[in-house]
Amino acid sequence: MSTQKAELSPDLIINEFKKQGVTHIVWLPDSETNFLYLLMEQEPSLTLVPVSREGHAFSTAAGLSTGGAKPVILIQNTGLMESGDSLRGWCMGMNIPVVLMIGYRGYTRHGRNADTAATYTEPFLNAFNVKYYLVESNDDADRISWAFEDAEKIQNPVAVLIGDEFHGFN
Amino acid sequence: MIDTLEMFKIFNKYRGNSIVLSGRGGRHWQSVSEQPDLDIALGDPAMGGHSSFALGLALSRPNEKVIQFDSEGDVLMGLGALPTIADKMPNNFYHFMLDNGVYGTTGGQPVPNAENIAYDMIARGSGYPNTYAFDNIEDFASSIEEILALEGPVFIALKIIPEVTNVPIGQRVKWQTRTRDQIISDFKNRIGVNN
Repeated sequence: MSTQKAELSPDLIINEFKKQGVTHIVWLPDSETNFLYLLMEQEPSLTLVPVSREGHAFSTAAGLSTGGAKPVILIQNTGLMESGDSLRGWCMGMNIPVVLMIGYRGYTRHGRNADTAATYTEPFLNAFNVKYYLVESNDDADRISWAFEDAEKIQNPVAVLIGDEFHGFN
Repeated sequence: MIDTLEMFKIFNKYRGNSIVLSGRGGRHWQSVSEQPDLDIALGDPAMGGHSSFALGLALSRPNEKVIQFDSEGDVLMGLGALPTIADKMPNNFYHFMLDNGVYGTTGGQPVPNAENIAYDMIARGSGYPNTYAFDNIEDFASSIEEILALEGPVFIALKIIPEVTNVPIGQRVKWQTRTRDQIISDFKNRIGVNN
């Protein structure tokens, strides 16, 4: 008997960006997101803005949003934790309705967590009072849409934790 | 060394309809600017991110000049932003940096290696095609028109006279006449952004 593994398709994420009118992806890549990078690069409606430290993603997104663009931040949970003051000052403090796509390094639903990056991710978001959704497979696609809706509603950042333990984000 | 207010008076002659991020020079720029609804005086949302914010603004407003007056303390805290700016190469971005050599709002302690850093060389090495450094108002005055006629990104380091604040934050005289929210709202109304 074969086991059906749930997957999170990169096409689904790109299509969601297009549906939401996203203009810029502000991101810092890691090796696990390379397959998403290739699709983003090929999508003419998206402009990639590569940063060298995750905190810069928040200030860059704030500038983009202030000028009328619609950015998304795509970083790993490790970089999110590095970025606390930038999240606070540039996005929360300036009421920027941006979705944070966070690679949930170390996340496991069925195994035993062995990575402190995963241990502290949700406590970190809770400490900043940032709402978040966990997305593990294509069945969770609606949650990405909800994150965009919520960000617009509260005019503040909302996070999507990419917890795909099967496909390649982590 | 350059007097910030005098520098702003000269710059203002060439400002046109540019968007101006006045940074740590905001107090002086406020007394000079004739288009406050195109001025973005943010205070300090979080140190180290001002040039990234300006980059985002420049990318989202490609048909308008975005002129930032950064500070050396902020640039040092976010040096990694310079390669990103050079990577995106916004031709409408003019990155001025006010260098007083000290952390002026915390009592005037020197920034690391204050006397020996060549910020224009750091910007050039990061990929900015045009960089300048001025330590006197005369050279700045004779070059500013030419600089603003170039395609960005351009980096301009200015050695300015330190103006040190050494009183507790709660006791400082507030020079801002608008809140940050009002500034952003006025700006968005001016440029027609409704997000």
